[in-house]
Amino acid sequence: MMTKPHFAFFDEGSKKEIRRTALKAVAIPGYQVPFASREMPIARGWGTGGLQLTLSLIGRSDVLKVIDQGADESVNAVSIKKLVQHTTGVSITEDTAAANIIQSRHRIPEKELREDQILILQVPNPEPLRKVEAREYLTKRMHAEDDYSGAWLLLFEQIMKYGRMSTGAEHPVYVNGRYVMTPSPIPRFDNPKMHQSKALILLGAGREKKIFAVPPYTDVKSMAFDDYPFAVESFEGKSCKLCGSTDVFLDEIIDPDTGERSYQCNDTSFCIEQLNKKEKEEVENSYV
Amino acid sequence: MSETPIVQVRHLQKQFGAGCPHCLDKESVYLEKNYCTSCGTVHAVRDVSFDLYPGEVLGIVGESGSGKSTMLQGLYFDGDMTAGEVYINQPGLAGHNVLTLSSQQKRYIRNNVYGMVYQNPVHGLKMNFSSIGNIAEKMIAAGNRHVGSMEKRGEELLKNVHIPLRRRKEEPQNFSGGMQQRVQIAKALSNNPPILFLDEVTTGLDLSVQASVLDLIKQIQRELQISMVVVSHDLAVIRMLADRSIVMLNGEIIENGLTDQILEDPQHEYTQQLVYSLL
Repeated sequence: MMTKPHFAFFDEGSKKEIRRTALKAVAIPGYQVPFASREMPIARGWGTGGLQLTLSLIGRSDVLKVIDQGADESVNAVSIKKLVQHTTGVSITEDTAAANIIQSRHRIPEKELREDQILILQVPNPEPLRKVEAREYLTKRMHAEDDYSGAWLLLFEQIMKYGRMSTGAEHPVYVNGRYVMTPSPIPRFDNPKMHQSKALILLGAGREKKIFAVPPYTDVKSMAFDDYPFAVESFEGKSCKLCGSTDVFLDEIIDPDTGERSYQCNDTSFCIEQLNKKEKEEVENSYV
Repeated sequence: MSETPIVQVRHLQKQFGAGCPHCLDKESVYLEKNYCTSCGTVHAVRDVSFDLYPGEVLGIVGESGSGKSTMLQGLYFDGDMTAGEVYINQPGLAGHNVLTLSSQQKRYIRNNVYGMVYQNPVHGLKMNFSSIGNIAEKMIAAGNRHVGSMEKRGEELLKNVHIPLRRRKEEPQNFSGGMQQRVQIAKALSNNPPILFLDEVTTGLDLSVQASVLDLIKQIQRELQISMVVVSHDLAVIRMLADRSIVMLNGEIIENGLTDQILEDPQHEYTQQLVYSLL
């Protein structure tokens, strides 16, 4: 016998608990609020934190977009979209502007988000101090006492070893001048997008059982030393080979046969939008 | 030497266990050394008071289990004390019993006023971080956010403690025990603390390394005029470093005075035994 799944998979009690946790997270920007991470039909560490936030917030009229590594069509994104649509029947979009809930892994969309949108990020390792202190009760105490010398030390070590801050992703940030937060594994390129973001940003770590948030219009400052300022990845002189965009996060693609390097937009929906715009212009011009 | 002490310790008390009416009195028949046979309480530190003056080196000797390290941990806030008062004569701290301050204020004192060298470098260093990073950690904790200045200061200190600069980015876990101890000393000195605690720093090191570490401490003390509390069970170390000494037994101070005086003319029975057993 097949029973119909409950709307948005969870029972209402679970959704209520997760929403309550999210509210507390919004009230204390950057603070990791513990929550009872539910069992999910996907494995922990594969986006269950983000998915639980999405399922607890979504309503029948919402429009959902899911991104994985900048792409709308990768396996993880498609599976998550299928699960949410199967249990809610909401409409799915790839258009950033059309969505009001955007669940993402590894990227913040290139297009600036609006006040009526919510960005949900999947976080594998929410604790910026874990590499200096393995014990949770001690990292909690360090957060409480505003003792972030460990996070600074990690950056100092990188400078000593590599001559620069070498965070590939998860470059730690101060939220609202108080809590240090790991912004999920987004590239440094996306860190400035969190600063004074118009959209609410919720971050969920399912395996680590933590939810935290950056409320709209909140200061987010990337950690940096006085003589080693924060810098985003540079794509100077490079542009997308498909749509020609500059000032976006580019993927480097190496042709396995020729060894030739080319670059294209990491955010696939942004790239398609640019291409469509260009095509439209070309068509309009050809009729004049 | 200045007349006002930089640290005043008053009636410091540390007991493990609740205590009972039988062990309140120090002379109680229920006490077997500092262990109460009635309630099982251990009186690790009993009513210890002393002063530390600016620029002086105070030695603390005593057999193992006499409460030396427990007392030092209490001063450095590594462990809570049961009772007592500690006053530090530094701007902003004078007149406050620092044992009752908040943990943030205690952290400020640890990072800015104190330096600590543990017997075991594992406690004082992050073994899998570079040596220069370990030294910088204390400066970062004290609010420094300038990599260049921290690197420069770190290199200066490593040079002072005779660690070749080419090994500055290596982790202390690759170093010998003596080298680890010297990195620890460099770290403890990074913020020019007015007060330095040394807990059995030479124990477990071979004689030639011991001599170089002691030499280094002596030199630092002469040049920087840091006040030091040196805990050791080794009278030779105390004789070489300390101007004034305290002898502890079963958690109490049984004798104190000039180091030479104590070593030449010990008054207490235990001190006599200690001095005469010196080879």
